[in-house]
Amino acid sequence: MDWMAWTWQTATFFAIIAATLVTFTVLAIKYPETPRMGILRMETTRGDRLFITLLGSAFINLAWLGLLSNPQWGALIVCFAYALAVFRWV
Amino acid sequence: MNKTVNQKAWFLVLPVLLLVAFSAVIPLMTVVNYAFQDTFGNNKFFWAGLDWFQEMLESERMWSALGRQIAFSAIILAIEIPLGVFIALNMPKKGFWASFCLVLMSLPLLIPWNVVGTIWQIFGRVDIGLLGYTLDAIGVDYNYTQDFYAAWITVIVMDVWHWTSLVALLAYAGLQSIPDAYYQAAKIDQAGRWKVFRFIELPKIMGVLMIAILLRFMDSFMIYTEPFVVTGGGPGNSTTFLSIDLVKMALGQFDLGPAAAFSIMYYLVILLVSYVFYTVMTNLDKRDGH
Repeated sequence: MDWMAWTWQTATFFAIIAATLVTFTVLAIKYPETPRMGILRMETTRGDRLFITLLGSAFINLAWLGLLSNPQWGALIVCFAYALAVFRWV
Repeated sequence: MNKTVNQKAWFLVLPVLLLVAFSAVIPLMTVVNYAFQDTFGNNKFFWAGLDWFQEMLESERMWSALGRQIAFSAIILAIEIPLGVFIALNMPKKGFWASFCLVLMSLPLLIPWNVVGTIWQIFGRVDIGLLGYTLDAIGVDYNYTQDFYAAWITVIVMDVWHWTSLVALLAYAGLQSIPDAYYQAAKIDQAGRWKVFRFIELPKIMGVLMIAILLRFMDSFMIYTEPFVVTGGGPGNSTTFLSIDLVKMALGQFDLGPAAAFSIMYYLVILLVSYVFYTVMTNLDKRDGH
């Protein structure tokens, strides 16, 4: 991990991001989809929903860190619920 | 009926992706490294968790820089967008004067940022600058190096001078593309000047105007060179915007951890706003049937 100056935590983070991108690329090739109109009244594809999930999760984590003194894994639970909601309704 | 989207064409953009990887992705990954890790040198890093983020979220300094940044972007957008549209509406539509105006309008856009800063820095000086000297001679107490209001006004007027042309040119291009038939129809209906603007011109230039707002927002939100050259972020911290503060922190104090955490939050805000603008823009396009 020295070649990118990673610790195991940062390496895990990048691995998860990379794995997510690869998974969604494979999904997009194997199961092409049609954009759909969600509750935000805009057309989204799976990739859009992933982007909204990741960006939103970053803000949820920051808000959790800045506003609450609870342990950070609580934010991950919120993010998970948020991700499910985005993929279901947006 | 909706068509199925085929994503295979993405493989064709692979070369660009490689290029972007080296120019953007790898540097961004380095920033992530610095934001979550710490080092005592020798290229050995250890995990610092969320400490830098915690420190930055509690930092008075970052919040006040963010406040100044939002105020700056809001003020220049509130001036440049209406002013740009107003200028575009009043520019000649064809002939010699149309070309003349276009060239004149593009001049400020061709000047490099640091030169714009230098021009205004000298222009505003009380001892040798035309603006500063004149204001001083007529009794206005103007000194952008010591006075908060003078510094802000100088930085804002400089940005308006530098970038209103961009909005004007984009709006002008939008106006030129409106077919004459619309104006003729408005004339038949005896629509006044305001109604023509409100119901024909404004809806038709909405697309380019959104691009202008997006460009101006992004650029002003990341502004560094001009205020740095003119005021150096002063007097005190009064014109220290986000990127000036960030550079001070990262390169002045060499606090790479907090600066990296700061950068990531800064990046997330820009990403969010750009995405919202992009979505609104594409939805507008779809509604217009393009």
